[in-house]
Amino acid sequence: MNKKQKNLLLRIIIAAVFFVPLYLISEGYVDLGIPDWGVFILFLVPYLLVGYDILKKAFKGIMNKQVFDENFLMTVATIGAIVLGEYGEGVAVMLLYQVGELFQSYAVGKSRKNITELMDIRPDYANIEVDGELTQVDPEEVEVGSIITVQPGEKIPLDGVVVEGTSALNTSALTGESKPVEVSEGTEVLSGSINMTGVLRIETTAEFDESTASKILDLVENAASLKAKSENFISKFARYYTPIVCYAALALAVIPPLAIMFLKGSGAAGYDSALSLWGDWILRACTFLVISCPCAVVISIPLSFFAGIGGASRQGILVKGSNYLETLSEVRVVAFDKTGTITKGNFEVTAVHHTPIDEAKLLEYAAHAECHSSHPIALSIIKAYGKRIDQSRVTDVQEISGHGIIAKVDGDEVAIGNDKLMTKVGTEAIECHHVGTIIHVAINGEYCGHIVIFDELKDNSKEAMQALRKVGVQKTVMLTGDAEAVAKKVADDVGITEYRSQLLPADKVTCVEELLKECGEGHRLAFVGDGINDAPVLSRADIGIAMGAMGSDAAIEAADIVLMDDDPLKIAKAIKISRKCLRIVKQNIALALGVKFICLILAAFGIANMWIAIIADVGVMIVAVLNAIRCMIVGKL
Amino acid sequence: MKKTYKIEVDCANCANMMEDAAKKTEGVKDCTVSFMTLKMKIEFEEGADVDKVMENVIANCKKVEPDCEIIL
Repeated sequence: MNKKQKNLLLRIIIAAVFFVPLYLISEGYVDLGIPDWGVFILFLVPYLLVGYDILKKAFKGIMNKQVFDENFLMTVATIGAIVLGEYGEGVAVMLLYQVGELFQSYAVGKSRKNITELMDIRPDYANIEVDGELTQVDPEEVEVGSIITVQPGEKIPLDGVVVEGTSALNTSALTGESKPVEVSEGTEVLSGSINMTGVLRIETTAEFDESTASKILDLVENAASLKAKSENFISKFARYYTPIVCYAALALAVIPPLAIMFLKGSGAAGYDSALSLWGDWILRACTFLVISCPCAVVISIPLSFFAGIGGASRQGILVKGSNYLETLSEVRVVAFDKTGTITKGNFEVTAVHHTPIDEAKLLEYAAHAECHSSHPIALSIIKAYGKRIDQSRVTDVQEISGHGIIAKVDGDEVAIGNDKLMTKVGTEAIECHHVGTIIHVAINGEYCGHIVIFDELKDNSKEAMQALRKVGVQKTVMLTGDAEAVAKKVADDVGITEYRSQLLPADKVTCVEELLKECGEGHRLAFVGDGINDAPVLSRADIGIAMGAMGSDAAIEAADIVLMDDDPLKIAKAIKISRKCLRIVKQNIALALGVKFICLILAAFGIANMWIAIIADVGVMIVAVLNAIRCMIVGKL
Repeated sequence: MKKTYKIEVDCANCANMMEDAAKKTEGVKDCTVSFMTLKMKIEFEEGADVDKVMENVIANCKKVEPDCEIIL
C-alpha cells in the first residue's frame, strides 16, 4: 500500500470507530439523552474525517464547471441524506464509498504490479570487464561490440553472440517455452533470456533500445493504448450515463411529489405531511445519485484486456493492442503461409534429375547463381554444394520475382527457378514426379535438369489445425508460391481444407482480399506468416500473426500478434485467450450494468435505500475487478 | 511528433476524462491515456511548441481531475 492508501485506510478505521456507537444512538438502541442537534454535530466528525477530500474535490469541480463527477454525486447524495435527518445513512454511504475507493486503488495497483512483473524482462545491469574486474553498468551505456559477462542466474541484458563459454538458457519469458536452450560459442543469444548453468562471455550486437527485451517491453506497454471497441464503448457510455442518471434523479425528486400533491393532496398517499412526502422522494433521488458512478465498469474493462495481454505475453504470444485481442476472438478463417509457418523452412536438396552434365557441376552452377540470395531455397542449394563460393565468378545477377534468378557464372548464362522461368528463357521444363520444391536449371538456354528440394513439416502443424477446428475456425487456407503437387501434399498431410498454389508474392494479397470478401458478417480472417516477406499480407488481413519472430524486426512491425516461438499450436491458444478475455469483459459489462439498472429501479420505487445502493455499487466493483484478474490465468488454455 | 508521459491518477473514469481534456487542448492532435500502464501518449500537431502545449494539457487535466499529475 502506498502512503495515500494507508492514510485513507486510517481515516476509514477511525471514522468507523466513531460511527458505530453514533449509529446505535441515532437508531435508538442506546439512549444517552443526547438531543438531535447534538447527534448531528457528533455525526459530522466521522463524516468530515472520512469525506473531507471528496467534499473538497466536489467544490473544486463545481468551480471548474465539472459538475457530474463522482465526487459531486457523493457529496450531493450524502448531504441530502443528512439534511433530511438520515445522519447515519449519509455518513455510512460516504464511509462505504471510501472503502470502495480504497479497494479499487489497492486492487488495481496490485494487479498492475503483478501484470507488469509478469512481463518484466527488463535487465537491470550488464557486467563489463574494466581493468580485469567486472563492474555492473547500466545496459543503456553498453556500446555495440562490447564484451559482457553473464553469470549463471543472471538475465542476458543485450542481444549478442556468445564468444566464450557454454550454458543453457531459459527463454520462457520470451517464448513461453520452458525447455532450456543450449548455447555455446558462436550462438546468437537474445536479451531477456536467463542464463542458467555456465558463465557466458557475449559480444553485443545491438544497443539496449534495439535489443529484443526492450522491443518486446515497448510493444506490450504500448498495447494498452490501442483500445478495443468495448473499451471505447464503455468510456462513451460513462460520458452519457452519469448525466442521464443525474437528471433522472432530479426528475425523481420533483415530479412524483408534485404529481402526488396535485392529484391527491399531501395527506392522501400515506404521508404525514408535505415535508415527509418531499423528503422521501428526495432521498430516493439521492440513492439514484449513489448508483450513478460508472467506475465499476470503467475500471474492469481495461483491466481485463491488460491482464489478458499480460497473460498471453507470458505464453510467448505478444498482442499489440486490446483491439487485436477483440478481433482475434472473432476469427473464423485462418490463412497460412507455407514455408516457415507450416513447414520448418529447413530445405534440403534430396535429388537432382535429368541432367546431361555432372550432378556436382549442376549444383556448382546453381549455387553460384543463387549466391546473393538469402531465400531458404538458395541457402539449401548452397549447402548441398558444400564448397566455398567464389563470388567473382558470378556477374549480371537479375532476380525475377516469382520466377527465379538469371545470372552469368563463368560467362555462361544460368537460369534457375520454376517452369515459368524456363519458358521465359526459351526452353521447356521436364515435369518431376517427386513431391517437393522443384528448381529447374537452364544453362545458356538449354534445359539442364532440376533439383528437388523438400521441406519438413513442423511437429505441431497437424495438431495445430485440429486445435483450430476445435476452437471454431471454419476454414484454413494455405497460400504458397510452391507447385501444386507440393501444396497438395502438405495440405493433405496437415489437414488444411483449402490451398492456393503457385502464387507470386503480390497474388497472396489478392487471395487474402478474396477470402476477406467471402468471410461472413462478424467473421474475421487471420493471416499467419513468418513475417519476412509477408509484411503486405500481414497488414491486409484483419489480424496478422507473425511466427517465429525472435529477432525479426519486419515481423514485429507488420504483425498485430507475434508468436515468439515457431509453434503453430499457439495460434489456437491465442484465439482461446482472446475468447476468454472477451467473455470476461462481457460478463463484467453485463454484471455491472445489470446490477446498476436493477438498483435504479428498486430505488425509484423506494425499495432500495442508500445502503443497498452503495453496497451493490462497491460489491459489483470488487467482483468485476476480481473477475478481470482471471484474464491473466491462461496457462492451461 | 509523439511523446509519452507518465501520469498519476486514481480512478479509471478520471483517466478517461483526462484523455478527453487533453484531446481538446490546442496543439494536441491525438491522445490516449492508459489507466493500466499509467501513461499518456500525446501526438502533437505539426510545429506545436511542446512545452507550451503540455502546460495547457496539465491545466486542462487539473480542471477535470484536480488530483492528477502528469510527470514531464
